[in-house]
Amino acid sequence: MGQSSWSLPWVDGEGLVSATATAYAPGLTVTAFTRHRVRRVLPISGEVRVAVGDLVGARDVVAQTFIPGDITPLNLSKLLSLPPEEVPGCMLKKEGEPVAAGDVLARTKGIFGRFKQDYVSTVSGTVESISGVTGLVIVRGAPLPVGVKAYLAGRVVEVLPGEGCVIDAPVALVQGIFGVGGEAFGTLKMACAEHDQELSADLITHDMSGCVVVGGARMTLQAIDRARSIGAVAIVSGGLDDADLEKFLGYNLGVAITGSEKLGITVIVTEGFGEIAMAKRTFSLLATHDRADVAVNGTTQIRAGVIRPEIVIPLDRDAIGGPQSEGAGSVLRIGTPVRVIRDPYFGVLGTVTALPAEPHILESGSRARVLEVTFESGQGVIIPRANVEIIEG
Amino acid sequence: MTVIDPSRIRVILATDCGSTTTKAILIQVVDGVYRQTHRGEAPTTVEAPFADVTVGVINAITEVQELSGRRLVDDAGGIIRPATQDEGCDIYISTSSAGGGLQMMVAGVVREMTAESAKRAALGAGAIVMDVIASNDKRKPHEQIQRIRELRPDIILISGGIDGGTTTHVVQIAELIAPAKPRPRFGATFTLPIIYAGNKDAAPLVKKALGDGYALTIVDNLRPVLEHENLGPARDAIHDLFLEHVMAHAPGYDRLMAWTDAPIMPTPGAVGDILQAIARRDGINVVGVDIGGATTDVFSVFDGTFNRTVSANLGMSYSIANVFAEAGMANVLRWVHMDMEERELRNRVKNKMIRPTTIPQTLEALVFEQAVAREALRLAYVQHKAFATTLKGVQQQRTVGDTFRQQVSGQTIVDNMKLDLLVASGGVLSHAPRMAQTAMMLVDAFEPEGFTRLGKDSIFMMPHLGVLAQVHPQASLEVFERDCLIYLGTCVAAKGQGKEGRPCFRYTLRTANGEKSGEMVVGSLRLLPLADGETATLAVVPEKGFDCGAGPGREIEREVRGGSVGLILDARGRPLVLPGDRTESTTRMAAWVRALGLYPGSMVKAS
Repeated sequence: MGQSSWSLPWVDGEGLVSATATAYAPGLTVTAFTRHRVRRVLPISGEVRVAVGDLVGARDVVAQTFIPGDITPLNLSKLLSLPPEEVPGCMLKKEGEPVAAGDVLARTKGIFGRFKQDYVSTVSGTVESISGVTGLVIVRGAPLPVGVKAYLAGRVVEVLPGEGCVIDAPVALVQGIFGVGGEAFGTLKMACAEHDQELSADLITHDMSGCVVVGGARMTLQAIDRARSIGAVAIVSGGLDDADLEKFLGYNLGVAITGSEKLGITVIVTEGFGEIAMAKRTFSLLATHDRADVAVNGTTQIRAGVIRPEIVIPLDRDAIGGPQSEGAGSVLRIGTPVRVIRDPYFGVLGTVTALPAEPHILESGSRARVLEVTFESGQGVIIPRANVEIIEG
Repeated sequence: MTVIDPSRIRVILATDCGSTTTKAILIQVVDGVYRQTHRGEAPTTVEAPFADVTVGVINAITEVQELSGRRLVDDAGGIIRPATQDEGCDIYISTSSAGGGLQMMVAGVVREMTAESAKRAALGAGAIVMDVIASNDKRKPHEQIQRIRELRPDIILISGGIDGGTTTHVVQIAELIAPAKPRPRFGATFTLPIIYAGNKDAAPLVKKALGDGYALTIVDNLRPVLEHENLGPARDAIHDLFLEHVMAHAPGYDRLMAWTDAPIMPTPGAVGDILQAIARRDGINVVGVDIGGATTDVFSVFDGTFNRTVSANLGMSYSIANVFAEAGMANVLRWVHMDMEERELRNRVKNKMIRPTTIPQTLEALVFEQAVAREALRLAYVQHKAFATTLKGVQQQRTVGDTFRQQVSGQTIVDNMKLDLLVASGGVLSHAPRMAQTAMMLVDAFEPEGFTRLGKDSIFMMPHLGVLAQVHPQASLEVFERDCLIYLGTCVAAKGQGKEGRPCFRYTLRTANGEKSGEMVVGSLRLLPLADGETATLAVVPEKGFDCGAGPGREIEREVRGGSVGLILDARGRPLVLPGDRTESTTRMAAWVRALGLYPGSMVKAS
């Protein structure tokens, strides 16, 4: 069996929590160099506007199509006070014919040729169906154009006929833990001087309009509001209070499936909720790319097939980096750098110093597989394996 | 699939392919009865890079093979059959909820009638119902069409109208679905299956309205008359289409389907089947709950009627923030007996949501998580009770004697006083460090009344046993009784309200070791030892205004069975009302925690 991609414990009789899985704790990717590939596809088939080998910018449209227009159901039986079966005979436009707003769509036969009643269409489109059973007429609006941007500035390495393309580029990549708002593009701008500095409103300045603003520790609600009001496209920092997120969204987020919000700004949290500093490595990496043109995406889906938010920093096309990160699939070993991802040591960084095979009884009373971590302060603690993540990259 | 003589089956291999984990169990005849002997698990491999469910299945079976010393997989990677002395199995069966399970959209004419019957059929078959479209769902037709366009269901079930009734409305539903062209989840080449189970006279018109773009199956009307539901044909069609269309398009399922000796069932459908089999065999009323990371399923069988609900956003990891949002901080904190800081708790909930696989390390974190679980379970049960009702829209025949009873159609059939067995499964209930914690989460959330046995599924074996019940009911029930269910004990609770500290009921417990009597005052909880396998007789005399099953103030005597927790006497009243004041509720909760010895250092000796 390969390395398992989960570490769920199970109960084996009263209070015995164990796990068969090999220790595994995928972390978020934070890397100065990696070859990044993105697959950009249309929701339905359409025209691909690029060819293999093309160089594309993040904002370039690489594929476009038209999706079927919106549908307007019109119950002409009710609108014209007709029995449903008489509706087809009264239609002036047949199935498949175009209709414009203001056109007479149907006309009743009247009494002795008089007192005829018209139905004037309020919508434009094509008559899709006419029902003699219900009297329902469906008008479909004009097709809606849909385009897909490249998102990643790089080279097209594969064309998916009728669907889209695959783009490849050398990048620096930072995955966040949670975000709201979709794709955005802008100049990366550091607002904080240190990784543990709170991102407050006074650090957001007018010259950050159109930028991806990067802070350090927790970002305040006032900072997000200020960033949005001056026209920043995204704001990134270590932490965020749940209460502030609720005020910003206008509702209490129940499930971490985000990305479709129309908020006027994309928000990305790199570490988690609460007072938490951005990891030093993440902060340093972003700081080295201050003023770079970047793409960000706040889309988060925490379900099977997890999607995390990201900050993608394209590098020179001929950039050659060091060895790539191991990526998902890294295994806990003695010496592996980890971050604790649950209280009571939430956010603290350390190094694995022991991986005892036998389960350990936690303060909660559960028995679980654990590891020993030595923090940067020198303190050594026992932590459930499920509660750490490997610092990758 | 070959037909096998049940009497010759001695070795059974079963798997359940979950969203994250594939679990395999081995069942063998030991001392003349069927027992679950070994189990193994491995990550599910539906998604990339494997994209083949059978890889995970073979990995899980290989673990069983290693633990049992019995060779089950041959060199070519196939399952060895039939069983010999040392290798192979006689039958192999499987359930599946991988890839998000079976996702359906249902439609009907009247939301409270045919649409609700359609929803019941879909849920009973093990589906997640993404939305219910009905002529009177208060959405405008264009809003309904927009919604249908956004959904990506595996199957659509259309119902509507009684046989011989009007055809207009159900055809209108079909006319809305046809142009919306909902895209199926599994690729553009997949033709979306639609089941029509409405007014039989409208079937040709529905077929015409839908056109050629769908794979239409027409079955008997699920509500042929208002007074009667006929869900069987629709459920069977769902199962068939689940296999033919949905599973066949999931990676590796064509191979898996060829391996199994019985049709693969959706996991929750199999759980429902085993609970129904138990209820039928013992003539009892059963409620089962499975609380997961994202969803909570509740199953009930009352007087032979089965219901299942899925609370899609009530769960302990992915959906924990939603439980919090729905229940509110105050409702969660009433189950906490220690001081906690609100801002930190809010952040903690969200941190669990974004890192769902973490486990509580501190006692405080465990207490908080179990408090959230009580609310998730309570809310899921509220939803279940609202759904599990008598048929709505049925005309009631009344006599003069019924004048003051005010019974209307659509009342819940869930009656906690008639509930005999409450079964728990799923992470937070199964992983609780102490069985008493599991028992109290159940009691606090479900509020059983009278005499109720409590149990938990030891290793979430119910899905395997549900599908096994299709081919070998005897083996399924034997394993359920002996290995699947861990009995926690019995809860005896008085229904009614009273002033705290005043008498609630007197009891006399007669065991093989003697007799023990006592009095319970309102607001108290007590745990009496009664071990697993032990039985005793409990006589209860409730005070006026309290009912333990024989009516208010009337004595009742019943046999009670023990378990790993014992006998829980609950005089807190029903419905359970907790103080609104935080300080008072903390004090009250602390007393209950001590009475049951829920957490380390909290036990008080039962008097």
